[in-house]
Amino acid sequence: MPRTVPIKLTVNGVQHELAVEPRRLLVDVLREDLALTGTHVGCEHGVCGTCTVLVNGESARSCLMFAVGADGAEILTVEGLGQGARLHPLQEAFREAQGLQCGFCTPAMLMVAYELLQQNPSPSEEEIREAISANLCRCTGYQSIVEAVQLAAARHAVAGAR
Amino acid sequence: MKPPRFDYLVPRTQDEALAMLAEHGERAKLLAGGQSLIPLLNFRLVQPEALVDINRIADLAYVRERNGGLAVGALTRQHALERSETVRRRLPILAEACRLIGHLPIRHRGTVGGNLAHADPASELPAVMLALDAEFVVVAKGARRMLAARDFFTGVLSTALRPGELLAEIRLPGLPPRTGAAFVEMARRAGDFALVGVAALLTLDAAGRCQQARLALCGVGPTPIRASEAERVLIGEAPRGAALEAAAERAVAATDPPSDIHGSAEFRRKLARYFTRQALETDAQRAGGV
Ligand SMILES: Cc1cc2nc3c(=O)[nH]c(=O)nc-3n(C[C@H](O)[C@H](O)[C@H](O)COP(=O)(O)OP(=O)(O)OC[C@H]3O[C@@H](n4cnc5c(N)ncnc54)[C@H](O)[C@@H]3O)c2cc1C
Ligand code: FES
Ligand code: FES
Repeated sequence: MPRTVPIKLTVNGVQHELAVEPRRLLVDVLREDLALTGTHVGCEHGVCGTCTVLVNGESARSCLMFAVGADGAEILTVEGLGQGARLHPLQEAFREAQGLQCGFCTPAMLMVAYELLQQNPSPSEEEIREAISANLCRCTGYQSIVEAVQLAAARHAVAGAR
Repeated sequence: MKPPRFDYLVPRTQDEALAMLAEHGERAKLLAGGQSLIPLLNFRLVQPEALVDINRIADLAYVRERNGGLAVGALTRQHALERSETVRRRLPILAEACRLIGHLPIRHRGTVGGNLAHADPASELPAVMLALDAEFVVVAKGARRMLAARDFFTGVLSTALRPGELLAEIRLPGLPPRTGAAFVEMARRAGDFALVGVAALLTLDAAGRCQQARLALCGVGPTPIRASEAERVLIGEAPRGAALEAAAERAVAATDPPSDIHGSAEFRRKLARYFTRQALETDAQRAGGV
């Protein structure tokens, strides 16, 4: 049997104690061991951004981190944004502005948008475009994602939240 | 694909890391930010027996003033450098170049030392290091040596680092008064590797002529390239018009750009010429000469 290492992860405020093989990527541990399948996985080489989560408050590619490397970290995934069945205002804005089509890139888009609005509650269009340029979307052409983030910003959806 | 199996080692101090490296030799690899190494593992392009994860060695991450310049710990995240007040005050060109590395989530994790050790020919920081005449503190178990940036980069993804060695600190000399410095590049998409990037520094004398010039380019050869000929033609000249044109021409002559799907060698030469001029013009403005 492969050797496993005990780790602790706090994901969306919930503490987990796990035993993982060192080569397991954080994204796979989130999706498979913790059944948090909102974080998607696309390219596994850091290019598409669909696996983006916040690690200790900072966006990171969860396909470019080993879960063992995240031992002791606080992780926020898309499941941690809303409250139960209630969507987060940023998610509401994505729905209203049609910031998604197939939804594959959406969780990660929400995470980078959330990070941006936390640091900069009223970003310019250029700042929004720069933030979401970390993620690829095959569907929307980005315009409606930009508009969704603008809508959320106008409603102060993230500033002061949490 | 998924990474191959490896022994995972987590040193808490630099000495512990060096002992582990010494023990495993070529079969071990250091893991810093993982932003280059983990993709290679995911694709199984590398299969080290052991990974020595240096992320828990807290005292490898710092930015300090040193002899009028800076000392930067190898584990300093690219984002920390970009944000550092000390960097912005002392060597803003470093922050300017860092901002062009990948995207924010990449820079949150990626480290300065990992970026230099990875030695991608299109990477921004190696060119900046060359232009700044940086020195690297390289340590191994019971040994330590200094390497000049110009001797560090030896080829595509290869450096003068030997098995068992760790790049510990980057030393950057301070800049003389009336110096302007700039990094400019063109990438196909915000955050992509540079097609061509130029790091340039100009020091002007009291009469506004070039007293010293330093130019380095990335993306135009297997390693970053220092354009010494171009530097020479600037000395004693006013930093405009014909002098800048001549420098840009010499800079292009020093390059050996690749042709690939992102652009032909000819296109890269055009970019090199254009951005050399642009960087030098910005330098002149920043040096207060124009
Ligand atoms: C989508 C994407 C876009 C990117 N865009 C750019 C870009 O535009 N410009 C750019 O420059 N880079 C870019 N990168 C690469 C990124 O900057 C990496 O972070 C960097 O090249 C490697 O740094 P790291 O700390 O992640 O090192 P790692 O990936 O952990 O290590 C890289 C190599 O360096 C070795 N190493 C690490 N630290 C040390 C040390 N202290 N001493 C000796 N050896 C060491 C490792 O063993 C390994 O061989 C991009 C990466 C991605 C995924
Ligand atoms: S799956 Fe992580 S960036 Fe594509
Ligand atoms: S909505 Fe389909 S990939 Fe973005």
